[in-house]
Amino acid sequence: MTALLRQAGRVAWKDLRIELRSREILYTMAFFGALLVVIFAFAFPRDVRAVRGSMPGMLWTAIAFTGTIGLGRGFDRERENDTMRALLLAPVPRLAVFLGKAMATAVLVLSVAAICAPLLAVFLDVALFTYPLPLVLIIVLGAIGIAVTGSVFAATLLKVRSRDVLLPVILYPLLIPLFVAGTKCTAGLVAEIPNLDAAWYWIQFLGIYDTSFLVVSVWIFESLVIE
Amino acid sequence: MKKLVIPAFTLLAAAGIAISIYLIFFQAPLQYGLNEDGKLNGSSLFFNQKIFYFHTAHAMLMIVAVVMAGVSSILFLLSRRAEPEDGRAPGSALQAVMAFVRTHGPTWDDIASASVDVAIAFGAIALVTGSIWAKAAWDVWWNWEPRLTITLLLWMVLVGYGLVRRFAGPSADRVAAGMAIFGGVSSYFVYTMVGQDSHPAAGTNGVVATLGPGMRGAFLLSALSILCWYIALVMSRVQSTRAERELRELRERGLDLGVLQ
Repeated sequence: MTALLRQAGRVAWKDLRIELRSREILYTMAFFGALLVVIFAFAFPRDVRAVRGSMPGMLWTAIAFTGTIGLGRGFDRERENDTMRALLLAPVPRLAVFLGKAMATAVLVLSVAAICAPLLAVFLDVALFTYPLPLVLIIVLGAIGIAVTGSVFAATLLKVRSRDVLLPVILYPLLIPLFVAGTKCTAGLVAEIPNLDAAWYWIQFLGIYDTSFLVVSVWIFESLVIE
Repeated sequence: MKKLVIPAFTLLAAAGIAISIYLIFFQAPLQYGLNEDGKLNGSSLFFNQKIFYFHTAHAMLMIVAVVMAGVSSILFLLSRRAEPEDGRAPGSALQAVMAFVRTHGPTWDDIASASVDVAIAFGAIALVTGSIWAKAAWDVWWNWEPRLTITLLLWMVLVGYGLVRRFAGPSADRVAAGMAIFGGVSSYFVYTMVGQDSHPAAGTNGVVATLGPGMRGAFLLSALSILCWYIALVMSRVQSTRAERELRELRERGLDLGVLQ
């Protein structure tokens, strides 16, 4: 178990080190996220009440959109250099490869969320960080969910021509419970009278959702990415 | 004989739908409203309930198609597994079944994708007729009530599956299988997450089981004729996919032999 996690960590660190050298995905994702925030700020009414209601949706839409971009690019890199096969041939279990890719993606999604959330709070003047712990928890759980399910399908779609369109088409219907949980939890935190019970309910919901999707992913990843 | 199956089911469906329309509009009684205490309220009659005969039948057949697609997907995955090479004597019932499953490998995949195509069409009909009925009965086109939400999401997963089938190329079958499995898990969460139910109940005490005598016949006939329609549609799609594949294989063989350019 610890060996598996160590191997997964190696794969993830490989991805993140490439990213730290070029910063291509991070910069583009982060800038795209910031652009989304600005567009939302223009597109929706900016009075305090309306913003309280729509801001959680903006945050999670931004996470969803940037997450798909990060997923697509992260796996494109393996395709461009034809390194996916090498990765699968490496003397580690395929599970470690999958977990490593998912971990790296989760870190990317998290770092973009760490940029988008404060931007939203600043631009729209919402007290987003009144309860930092539940907010961080729900975003971490959301990033894990997107990364896990997304990695399965991004890896399977690696050789498909229209993968950029197909990835969100496949992913979003499956991830709707995640976005609903994230939005409702955030809404509970930024409401005029904060509803912490609701927030914790949705955090637990997302925890269970992530766990079951992780189990399913671990179970089917191997049979889906056979070359 | 085999050639006649599809036309026969199509004719059955056409005749059945025609007769059921007659039964629905000229024979079946109008739906009564219910009072607070559950007694019949003779002063409110609902003509809009007539859409029920097609709405519910299509929704039921969509579920049948989805289950059919799921079962044939599992059979397809089973058929791809290698034959066991242990020395057990052949001839047990299970082995005979497995041999049958294995020899019909591609057919299961064809049935799955054909069923999903039909499920998309029937789901669209169920959603649209349901929306029309909701406007008449609940005075909204759409409310995010559990069965509506879950049907919509299931339908979106199905559409995604159809898109994958068409555009994902050689790895389509695997991606689609993954979608099916994740979709099943996800629909459970969708079900737990949505609010209360304003749909009439289903199951042994539900509307369909407790229909009035004049209504039950009309509903059963319309459901059965739509079942025939479903069978005809799936069979013709399976046939055309098989013909497509055979043509492709023939072409490849011709290319290999140098007969074709």
